[in-house]
Amino acid sequence: MKPAPFDYLAAKSISEAVEALAASGGDGKIIAGGQSLMPMINFRLVKPTILVDINRIGGLDRIEKHDDRLRIGATVRHHMTATDVLVFEHLPILQDAMHHVAHLTVRNRGTFCGSVCHADPAAEMPMMTLLLNGTITAWSVRGERQIAASDFFLGSLVNALEPDEFVTSIEIDTLKPDTGWGFEEFSRRQGDFALACAATTLRIEDGVARSVRFALMGVGETPLRLAAIEEIIDGKTVSESLLDQVSEALNDFLQPNTDLHASADYRRHLAGALARRALRDAWKRADLRKGKTDD
Amino acid sequence: MTEQKITLSVNGQSYTRMIEPRLLLSDFLRQEIGLTGTHVGCEHGVCGACTVVLDGRSARSCLTLAIQAEGTEIETIEGLGNVDKLGRVQEAFRQHHGLQCGFCTPGFIMAITDMLRHHPLETDDQIREALSGNICRCTGYEHIVNAVRELAKERGPLK
Repeated sequence: MKPAPFDYLAAKSISEAVEALAASGGDGKIIAGGQSLMPMINFRLVKPTILVDINRIGGLDRIEKHDDRLRIGATVRHHMTATDVLVFEHLPILQDAMHHVAHLTVRNRGTFCGSVCHADPAAEMPMMTLLLNGTITAWSVRGERQIAASDFFLGSLVNALEPDEFVTSIEIDTLKPDTGWGFEEFSRRQGDFALACAATTLRIEDGVARSVRFALMGVGETPLRLAAIEEIIDGKTVSESLLDQVSEALNDFLQPNTDLHASADYRRHLAGALARRALRDAWKRADLRKGKTDD
Repeated sequence: MTEQKITLSVNGQSYTRMIEPRLLLSDFLRQEIGLTGTHVGCEHGVCGACTVVLDGRSARSCLTLAIQAEGTEIETIEGLGNVDKLGRVQEAFRQHHGLQCGFCTPGFIMAITDMLRHHPLETDDQIREALSGNICRCTGYEHIVNAVRELAKERGPLK
């Protein structure tokens, strides 16, 4: 229950951090909030030779809007995202999701980018990054690289980063003013990892759903963005019969695990029920926001 | 691994120590400077017993390395009051029987110190959500919620 020994560097710049990572030969780890990494270090599941702390690198603690994208820096804490005015105005679905991320003390330290890198299949921010067409910016001694969220999550707790790369920021879509959203999660206790969760956004154009995004988590090895479900909804009115069709289709797609917390059948049932609620919410909100524009 | 020097403030007093990078902030507080009011329960961020306030926000001291706390200001249970003169949150716990064995209490009180500064606590739902990161095996939480409700009322709406 105490960490194995390691060296520690509080990096002052991105170049200092990537050089230390490269020099560690793959045994170095980046730390920002440490809310996922430190439990693994305390249990000695992870034994880095060096921890490179990025908290003191200037400029990584910002949320910025560029056109219709929001860029979240690597040391932006969950509590900052939850109360940010740009998120409030342009990404209300992210605020809804934030309520489900652990507990307030963990949100004070944990970071958006760190949670995405940790790639827990039942964590909210990896799914939100996938839902909102995220782009992950990673740095190494070779320079900068962009990775699409759809290529980033390779398995449970496995991401597409090279051992000497680290994430400096993540960009995600903002929602247009006429976009409705739904976010529905079920967990055993407040703040626990989800047994299942559905998130969706859509617009209403000429009485039918358009620009549909749909994602699930807790029901596979990674968060899932389901294009096939998006196609079922696109161009239709969200009605009870369409929702029946969606939950039937989900039954065919999903191969969740049975574990201590829930059986595969129960998770599949939850996914269907939560998808229904999220889609109903998104449709209602899109209806209320119909015709709204940036001006 | 090489020891490094850190200086940090705990309850307004400055401490400088040579430490190993792997030393947890919880162990620094208890073993290096003798402040054993911060309790260590699960050591992986689940129970909340080790909660302290770091630069104004609550933090799990078992998930924070002491070396990361270089230059920060830490508040612990010892800074809030003592047996002769309880702090306001401690007094509310006493009045409402918000504790039995007391093991989780310092963590609860430090988390509540943070939430009284930063969180809307207007409904019981909000209070319970805010308290959800701390585990108590004695009280059933009811009396803790009662204490926080009174403190929140006293504080008024968040500015």
